[in-house]
Amino acid sequence: MTDPMAPLAATRANRTPAILIAVGAVLTALFIAAPLLVIFDQALSKGIDVYRANILHPETLHAIWLTTLTALVVLPINIAFGVTAAWAITKFEFRGKRLLLTAIDLPFSISPIVAGVSYLLLYGGLGLWGPWLMDRDIRIMFSVPAIFLVTMFVTSPFVARELITLMQAQGREREEVAATLGASGWQMFRRVTLPNIKWALLYGAVLCNARVMGEFGAVSVVSGNLRGQTNTLPLQVQLLYHDYNATGAFAAASVLTLLAFVTLILKAILERKAFDRRS
Amino acid sequence: MFYLTLIVLLPIAALILKTTDAGFMRFWEVVTSPRALASFRITIGAALMATAFSAVYGLLMAWILTRYRFPGRRILDALMDLPFALPTSVAGIALTALFAGNGWFGRFLEPAGFPVAYSIAGVAVAMAFTSVPFVVRTVQPVIEELKPELEESAATLGAWQWQTFRRTIYPAIFPAHLAGCTMAFSRSLGEFGAVIFIAGNLPFETEIAALLIFIRLEEYDYPAAASIAIVLLAVAFVTLLTTNAIQSWRLRRVVKD
Repeated sequence: MTDPMAPLAATRANRTPAILIAVGAVLTALFIAAPLLVIFDQALSKGIDVYRANILHPETLHAIWLTTLTALVVLPINIAFGVTAAWAITKFEFRGKRLLLTAIDLPFSISPIVAGVSYLLLYGGLGLWGPWLMDRDIRIMFSVPAIFLVTMFVTSPFVARELITLMQAQGREREEVAATLGASGWQMFRRVTLPNIKWALLYGAVLCNARVMGEFGAVSVVSGNLRGQTNTLPLQVQLLYHDYNATGAFAAASVLTLLAFVTLILKAILERKAFDRRS
Repeated sequence: MFYLTLIVLLPIAALILKTTDAGFMRFWEVVTSPRALASFRITIGAALMATAFSAVYGLLMAWILTRYRFPGRRILDALMDLPFALPTSVAGIALTALFAGNGWFGRFLEPAGFPVAYSIAGVAVAMAFTSVPFVVRTVQPVIEELKPELEESAATLGAWQWQTFRRTIYPAIFPAHLAGCTMAFSRSLGEFGAVIFIAGNLPFETEIAALLIFIRLEEYDYPAAASIAIVLLAVAFVTLLTTNAIQSWRLRRVVKD
């Protein structure tokens, strides 16, 4: 810094970050924060009493219940799948591993609508198994099980993805040590693997849950949109909106927005726990 | 892996089987119909616009969030995940409320001759909103790992800041940036929930491919729905393979370094 031009260069260099930060912050305020604010602005536009009545409307309450139920069913299944898949991929060598990895990622790149159509063509009345199911009076499409199934499809990669990344970084030495000490597969998993991945597992579960509760496209294809029966909360938002009940739609949306806030907070906490202690 | 077959692969197989059932001529007729072609053009056009915006905005955010320390950084960082955490139908009605003629933004944009809601720009806005985290989150870890010495040495050699960025930093970020943009593009192509509220959904103008599938389903025209779905599926496959190829190219470059 003995250069006589240094002070000038320094002011120029110091101004660039400030400008970049300002531009970034303004864009984020307009593009991401404003949509958030508008939800609550609209939801409360007719006062707190109307808001409360909207939330406590039986159809909306039922939608909240159905969304919660979907999470209770789908989340444990996809956690189990994610752990199994990540365990198999990172701790063992086998043929077709790359193919399996691609298959796990597949639901991420497929449009939810395409997922919904696929299920319709498999289980629907005109679908592949439709006639067989119909003969036995089993109805899967346009009912609650259909919602569970497509949600499982759409959200299956979340836990697996997070765990694969972490477990690949951790390697498998510890498991090998456990194996030479005579641990069984289950003991090895519970005592060695699980403690190392628990925060990443929770992290993946939080992300998975957000998508489970928020899935719209795939669910709207297969749910049949029966009011008070197969309407999840994201679908209820659309229904109310198309009924020209914007205040009601935004009230229902505000519940989902609060859920998104909880997700973000949990995510921030878990992220630090899961990935800072990796080394 | 039985689960994967049952939940993921089987339905996709059903989709492909059902389309081949109807025959290739029927498939071709559906996907080359003027309305379907228009929907592909609108979807791809809007997705390109959205990805262009996400590429710039996402890169900027990834850069300032990793390189600078300033008050509110953590909030800004957390907000980057909001589009992933917020259900798409909620994002859809919120963006529509903002950009509609009487909304906070639409109030100024519409008189200025720049209508966003119920136009292809609205489709692009919705797509950009739901896909920007892909760019931010893919680029961020790579910037974190860049060695600051790289820039310092370039700076002492007298390179301008912009030149430093272009010549020494961006090439290192490029593969990750490209991967993030591909993912954002792929997500934009398939986006449904956020788009249908703001688009207005006029055939030939703002009707996206995913919505056309939905409409055909409601008409019980399953073969037509399946045919359009196959096209989206094929595009998804291609982008997935591209992303994988970019990722392994990245890995090879890292190993070489």
